[in-house]
Amino acid sequence: MTDAMPVGDRKPLAPPVDETGPLGWARKNLFSSWGNGITTVVLIAFVVWVLSWFLEWALFTANFTASTGAECRGGGACWALIREKFRYIFFGSFPYEQHWRPLFAVITMLAMLVLSADRRMWNWRLLVIWGVGSFVTFLLMFGQIHIPLSLILFVALAGGGIGLTLRSALAAPSERMAYYALVAIGAMGLVLRIVGVLPAWSIAIAPLSYVETSLWGGLPVTLILATYGLAFAFPYGVLLALGRRSNLPLIKGLCVGFIELIRGVPLISLLIMASVMLPLFLPSGTTIDKFLRAQVAVILFAGAYIAEVIRGGLQSLPKGQFEAADAMGLNYPQKTLLIILPQALRVVIPPLINTFIGFFKDTSLVLIIGIFDFLNTANQALVDPNWAGFPGEVYLFAAFVYFIFCYSMSRYSKYLEHELNKGTRR
Amino acid sequence: MAVETLGSAPRAKVAPWNDPVIRGWVFQIVVVSLVGFLAWYLVSNTIDNLQRQKIASGFHYLEREAGFEIGDTMIEYSPASTYARAIWVGILNTLRVAVLGILLSTLLGTLIGVGRLSPNWLLNRICGWYVEAFRNVPLLLWLFLFYKLISEAFPGPRQALSLWNSVFLSNRGVYFPVPMADPIHKWMGIAFLVGIAGAWFVNRWGKRRQEATGQPFPGISVGFAIIIGLPALVWLAGGAPHHMSWPELKGFNFSGGTVIQPEFTALLVGLVLYTSAFVAEIVRSGILALHKGQSEAAAALGLSRGQSMRLVLLPQALRVIVPPMTSQYLNITKNSSLAIAIGYPDLVASINVTINQTGQAIENILIIMAAYLSVSLSISAFMNWYNKRIALRER
Repeated sequence: MTDAMPVGDRKPLAPPVDETGPLGWARKNLFSSWGNGITTVVLIAFVVWVLSWFLEWALFTANFTASTGAECRGGGACWALIREKFRYIFFGSFPYEQHWRPLFAVITMLAMLVLSADRRMWNWRLLVIWGVGSFVTFLLMFGQIHIPLSLILFVALAGGGIGLTLRSALAAPSERMAYYALVAIGAMGLVLRIVGVLPAWSIAIAPLSYVETSLWGGLPVTLILATYGLAFAFPYGVLLALGRRSNLPLIKGLCVGFIELIRGVPLISLLIMASVMLPLFLPSGTTIDKFLRAQVAVILFAGAYIAEVIRGGLQSLPKGQFEAADAMGLNYPQKTLLIILPQALRVVIPPLINTFIGFFKDTSLVLIIGIFDFLNTANQALVDPNWAGFPGEVYLFAAFVYFIFCYSMSRYSKYLEHELNKGTRR
Repeated sequence: MAVETLGSAPRAKVAPWNDPVIRGWVFQIVVVSLVGFLAWYLVSNTIDNLQRQKIASGFHYLEREAGFEIGDTMIEYSPASTYARAIWVGILNTLRVAVLGILLSTLLGTLIGVGRLSPNWLLNRICGWYVEAFRNVPLLLWLFLFYKLISEAFPGPRQALSLWNSVFLSNRGVYFPVPMADPIHKWMGIAFLVGIAGAWFVNRWGKRRQEATGQPFPGISVGFAIIIGLPALVWLAGGAPHHMSWPELKGFNFSGGTVIQPEFTALLVGLVLYTSAFVAEIVRSGILALHKGQSEAAAALGLSRGQSMRLVLLPQALRVIVPPMTSQYLNITKNSSLAIAIGYPDLVASINVTINQTGQAIENILIIMAAYLSVSLSISAFMNWYNKRIALRER
């Protein structure tokens, strides 16, 4: 070494300009070979062509202020149509001066979903959030809610029963007494109610004017169908999945048959079935709300798909977990609810969110049986003869709204997958 | 009882209500009788309602005259045909769109999935945007958009866009010329089928030879040559009939030639673009699931990117790809039922009209379920067979 400079003072040369910075990046990622370079040039030309055409149409020659469709004609996009119709597209035929109600219902449901997305809420808080959120949502949408006495009694019975099954060995005597009391009150009340000793009391909460479901429309309908479709389908999908993994042959056969039947036919055929056959299934004279029929079809459909997702989670658990629970002397409900499901569900939360995205999109099919969901109200906005002839604008707007919802949910699912895998990844 | 034969240790006496086997049977009997009771309740209500509303039951209506028009049929059909025929037309239309949709979306989806793995940043990003845009918006919305664009943005027949004055693009669909019917066509069809079989045999022979001697055989190009060449030879041998039926504007619409209806186009385009976004993700994750050494080894052998993709990566990725792909194929078939929303006469559309005319909902819903279940089961049976064929053969 003849160099007199101390080692610490040596400065590494800066890398060549064409290896770093934007130029280097472009060399590496866009022009790494002849073929790549040609592809890049062709693609740039294509993107510029599409973007210039689209921007010309959607921005530069677009009309934002026209008051009738005729004024819009000839130019680019007619966004004035959206300005004119957006309240109808979002809220359907809900009474116009009451539009704040579906607006706040949507905000409540979004708050409910966003809060449920926070992992710190994944405990008893979730029940409170969903209880309060659902109550507020439906109170806003209906305007009036009647809670019948039998429902309260049923909730008492179910709550007491669940408490007894899960905490019979753990709970203090006083807590156990409370469960017994709940079960006793619920059961006795229900019997008395059925026999006819107790009258058909109900608690009426009626701060607003009543709006029936046939007037509901737009975004709240899509959100309610998807959210409550999944919320109700979830416990029943869990039951189906457990049934499919059961050792009892008859139960297993029933569950497999049901799941495969539902998964083998399109949702439309179930919706048509719900709209034409449900009235035939029930005693004559009973009518079911059309909205409820669609909701029932969505729940039936979603349950079969959720069951398959959850089965994947159940199958991913090592056998030792089941055996350990048996060795501890836990009974089947305790084993399932305390040991198996908490672990199985953790694995399937990301795919469950993807299922939810699927159902959020699939609820658009209810327009075929005449429910005014978000896509259907967008469709109806095109019918107005004053504004005929601008389908592209309305559908692009609707697509944009759907995209925001689905894209953010899929991002959340990716993030969650990353978070939940932290423990198992090295 | 099976449990008693397991060990020599004497089994502890338990009360019958604590015996898991007895408990299991009691539980099953309770559940099955509850389900049975529910079924009985629904069926008895239904019978009651049907009698009250004087709706006939049974499948006799299938032989009656349908009396409704169907716009797009693959077989002879008129309003005087029977309901059975109308439903059959619907089934064929469903199958047509499902088969074409499966083929095209596999093709497009694979291209986009491979594109997402491209080292070219721009291509990679564009394919990514495509996937996100199509995956996150309902299929029904795409169908409406494409249908409305075709029927409202395209010109009427009189101002139709024409290509070389033979292909016409208008809001009534795409009209293009077809050869006049000729007896030779039947023989050309037979030659085509023979060609497919021949190509398969030649390929098998080529593979055996490559395994024995190491000499590669240009299987794909020779196969195509046989499949296309044989019918062409038959056509030449038959005197090369070249009369065409040209579409011509007569009055308000075209006559002659043949037409692809706008409903069919919108449905097929929507289904293919939507499903290929999902297929692309499946293909991408299948390739990413491979060990990195595979692509490095292929590169080290001097294979080009295309060759390593075609000969090394895709065949192995297929094992990961096939099971989720099966469910996408089932989805295409089921999603083709959205046709009803844009007026393409598929099975559900035919059945819907039949329900409205006859009122016999139950029989018709049974037909729908039977048809879709048998199509779904055949697709899964075929894909399971294929999956078994390409599965890794371990000792």
